[in-house]
Amino acid sequence: MALTLDIQELKATFDFLDDWEERYRFIIDLGKEIRPLEDSQKTEANLIRGCQSQVWLTYTQQDEQLVFLLDSDAHIVRGLIAVVLIAINGKTADDIVALDIEGLFAELDLLAHLSLTRGNGLRAMILKIKQVAATLASVS
Amino acid sequence: MHDIRPDFPILSRSSRNRPLVYLDNGATTQKPTAVVDAIAKYYRQHNANVHRAAHELAEEATSMMEAARDGTRRFINAQAREEIVFTRGTTESINLVANVLADRVQPGQDIVISELEHHSNIVPWQLLAQRRGANIRAIAITDAGDLDLAHAAELITDNTAILAVSHISNGLGSVNPVGTLIDMAKKVNALTLIDGAQAVLHERIDVAALDCDFYVFSAHKMFGPTGIGILYGKLDLLNALPPWQGGGEMIERVSIKTSTYQAAPFRFEAGTPNIAGAVGLGAALEYLEPLPLADLVTQEESLVAETLIELEKIQGFRLIGRPKQRSSVISFLLEGAHPNDVGTLLDQQGIAVRAGHHCNMPLMDRLEIPGTVRASFSLYNNEADAEALIEGVAKATTFL
Ligand SMILES: Cc1ncc(COP(=O)(O)O)c(C=O)c1O
Repeated sequence: MALTLDIQELKATFDFLDDWEERYRFIIDLGKEIRPLEDSQKTEANLIRGCQSQVWLTYTQQDEQLVFLLDSDAHIVRGLIAVVLIAINGKTADDIVALDIEGLFAELDLLAHLSLTRGNGLRAMILKIKQVAATLASVS
Repeated sequence: MHDIRPDFPILSRSSRNRPLVYLDNGATTQKPTAVVDAIAKYYRQHNANVHRAAHELAEEATSMMEAARDGTRRFINAQAREEIVFTRGTTESINLVANVLADRVQPGQDIVISELEHHSNIVPWQLLAQRRGANIRAIAITDAGDLDLAHAAELITDNTAILAVSHISNGLGSVNPVGTLIDMAKKVNALTLIDGAQAVLHERIDVAALDCDFYVFSAHKMFGPTGIGILYGKLDLLNALPPWQGGGEMIERVSIKTSTYQAAPFRFEAGTPNIAGAVGLGAALEYLEPLPLADLVTQEESLVAETLIELEKIQGFRLIGRPKQRSSVISFLLEGAHPNDVGTLLDQQGIAVRAGHHCNMPLMDRLEIPGTVRASFSLYNNEADAEALIEGVAKATTFL
């Protein structure tokens, strides 16, 4: 993952940007920094249902580290994926289970994207990340 | 220029700290004060169950609901008030018809729809076809988004049981040649249903002239409330069909073993109906009656045409569908962006449009796109809305 910001820097940047235009340009730019999935990874099995735009999720486990790979065909969703990736980056499965992603979205004034109409795919994605983390957390 | 905008209080609110620009009328229209007030007044002063009790309130509620039936009859030029059945909406109207026609569809027969249809005019027929062993056939569209009449002529044959097509496409705004299609179907004795959900405020509806067997639409797309819709059916046909749902209001006489049914429309209106909805529909029709509808539609059409000219000047703007006759819909994509990106960027500017497949998945598959951004106009939209849309789209392109 090419994302270089950490969560504190992300929050600070959001604080600094004061209108919707700057925020959305930033979100879209963030999305450009995530590593795109290979076409071979954009399978039916990796597709998250319930999303108007398409979101794919896969992950690998290296030692204790969970690495999620996510992608979407929509720019803004990719940007929001980047936000989620920054939040879970470097975290253990246990940490991810406990993480308040909704709280983070609220703090960044992006909660509308988790609403039942538009963001339900994103909500489903977060749920999936938590599920994956939970199965691994209970094992370890 | 006649301006009905002041009659719609919601249009003066803001959205995302900007003046609201409401261009999602294909999904639902806003309601004039007259409709909002009529519903409140009904609950404040007249509420009772209809067709039952012997008291003044029930009498009032019943006559208000039945006045809406009369208003609907006039609005679509049906011959008799009994031809107007109240349902929950277009979707329920189509499901009702698809269920009560089961015995009229033989295994191996065809039900002809089109590639343009809303899921509401596809899935009920699929369910019927599965139950009866019938086939679904879809009239192809041209690349421009018009129904291919030559293909229609091939599909509509002696083997066709039902033809069910939309009057106006919700995804592209194509005005379909329903008169021609109905004539084709009648030559082979097929039954006809026209989905008029998108047509009611944009075309003059005359079921007598169309001579279709069924015409269906929703009140909420014509300034009325949600939860009430209309099924028009020819009276002899309605009275020859079995009921769909059973319950109160639709029976004549019930014993433990068997029942006899009311004639249309009550045969198809089991249970307590949406009385307040009917009252709201009645108020919408009353509101529409004195308006110069033809002029308003002309005004709307030129606004849409002018908007389209400006939008096409924007780099990266790609119009989806160029039908011969366009109603109030502009469906488009921006180069390199998902429709949802554009929807979000317009929403941030207070512009309400719809992004997605618009319950038109087969159409989107046919066009090989994931969906579109759809700006859909109504009679109250004005130059300011058009300018906001044009500027909003231009701004959105700078993000992508
Ligand atoms: C062409 C068409 N048919 C059917 C429907 C379904 O109408 P309703 O949801 O009111 O039942 C719609 C509404 O979007 C439509 O546009």
